[in-house]
Amino acid sequence: MAAVSILKQVSVFAENRLGSLQAVLQALADREINIRALSIADTSDFGIVRMILSDTDLGLRALRDAGLTASTTEVLRVELPDTPGGLLKAAVRPLSEAGLNVEYIYAFVDMPLEKAAAVVKVDNVQKARQVLAAET
Amino acid sequence: MYWDKVHETMPRAELQQLQLRRLQAKVREVYEKVPFYREAFQQKGLSPESVRSLADLAKLPFTTKQDFRDNYPLGLAAVPRSEIVRLHASSGTTGKPTVVAYTRADISLWSEMMARTLTMCGVTSHDVVHNAYGYGLFTGGLGIHYGAERVGAAVIPMSGGNSKRQIMLLQDLGSTVICCTPSYALYLAETADEMGVDLRASQLRVGIFGAEPWSFRMRDEIEAKLGILALDIYGLSEIIGPGVAQECPQKNGLHIFEDHFLAEVVDPVTGEALPDGKKGELVVSTITKEGLPVIRYRTRDITALHHETCACGRTLVRMDKVTGRTDDMLIVRGVNVFPSQIESVLLEVEGVEPHYLIVVDREHTLDDLEIWVEVSEQVFSDEIRTLEALGRRVRAEIESVLGINARVKLVEPRSIQRSEGKAKRVIDRREL
Repeated sequence: MAAVSILKQVSVFAENRLGSLQAVLQALADREINIRALSIADTSDFGIVRMILSDTDLGLRALRDAGLTASTTEVLRVELPDTPGGLLKAAVRPLSEAGLNVEYIYAFVDMPLEKAAAVVKVDNVQKARQVLAAET
Repeated sequence: MYWDKVHETMPRAELQQLQLRRLQAKVREVYEKVPFYREAFQQKGLSPESVRSLADLAKLPFTTKQDFRDNYPLGLAAVPRSEIVRLHASSGTTGKPTVVAYTRADISLWSEMMARTLTMCGVTSHDVVHNAYGYGLFTGGLGIHYGAERVGAAVIPMSGGNSKRQIMLLQDLGSTVICCTPSYALYLAETADEMGVDLRASQLRVGIFGAEPWSFRMRDEIEAKLGILALDIYGLSEIIGPGVAQECPQKNGLHIFEDHFLAEVVDPVTGEALPDGKKGELVVSTITKEGLPVIRYRTRDITALHHETCACGRTLVRMDKVTGRTDDMLIVRGVNVFPSQIESVLLEVEGVEPHYLIVVDREHTLDDLEIWVEVSEQVFSDEIRTLEALGRRVRAEIESVLGINARVKLVEPRSIQRSEGKAKRVIDRREL
């Protein structure tokens, strides 16, 4: 059984300009909120900073208080073996075979040696969890 | 409710007689007392006797903003300095400001026009008027102030700025009426929101907004966020200040106080008179003002006139909400673009804030139109493609309305500067 859980991700709108990422990180640092996983998607004009935070509610409030546009989304946390093919076998292939489209994936940063965990965004979180939980 | 029922509901034939009598007297007066008008009339071979009917107004020369500049500061005044009791000036974007002068009778006329305006909006001596128009050289603040006092309402001379304090006083003093620019009304609503104050729960009942163009969508938004009836006021310092025309609760155009201000709409290019319902430039003549009367002043405001009697009973001609100015019209790739058109597009796209900035630049030889739009929390998504789709929707809407392609740039909320006076909507970086 793969360890799969549903988590809340915090996303922040950030213009593609000097200092905008700094504002996001500063808002979190000021309230002593730790970032457990992070990914930045960028276009030529703007970016979306997606994070798993040590405290979602507090983090969301900190970002909004700083005048940023932030929202939460449900995503999956999937634990994987830190070996070649780990992500493929534990997450991507089973979801693909079940007909579930993966929007994006990024990795957790604070994992012990030889273990890994990924944040996986799909449309149907509940179904994806069932699919992955059934994987051995 | 009327302040001056006789004049506001006067049968048209009678009104026209009054207008003609006043116009003839005023034309004679400016001809005798203001060298600028005498010369302008003589150049066209006209004299005061040339005005035999109201239709003859169209023969008279126009007065422009440039004429005010050329005669700076008070070359257009028709009275000796000793009779002037007040001076105001409008912000000149280029060069010297436009200075206007009032006699004691003019201040009284202005107060009377503003009393009509406020009464038309339902304001009585029982009301508390929160006046956030700027006090000073700008006519907005003092115009509202004198009118509110004449009506007998309690007026709070807030002026602009310090929005949190405005919200506090507005609640504590039980204001029932708010007067400011429409963009400032939205800014106050945002500020109240940040403070955790719901303005809909306040005593506010009606708002009188003007001094900048605003759309019907923006009205809907103000009405929803403040829980009030929002009405449009029109005026300009060259004529008298606010109190030239006012929208009644029928929301069917603004009644021009034409027993004092004659209104025409002309083609902005040819100067030819346009019929009712046709959009063009508003031209106003003051037929009772003493200090600095103007004949056929080109307001540069775009509107259309309607002469049918309004359901409110007023016979006074109505003008449409001003949708733009002949001078903020941008020409982008040969297409006439009014900022108000872009605003109405944005207000129709769900979740987009009505705060925007139009940036026009020129790359090589082609004009580049970029619209900055704030992303609100309702439309924000963690997926790039959803946000890009929003940008594309705005772009497609703009293309269908204007017929030109614009780049849409999504920016952070509150990153577009909020002006506490007139909002700055356009940055033109083209160096032609």
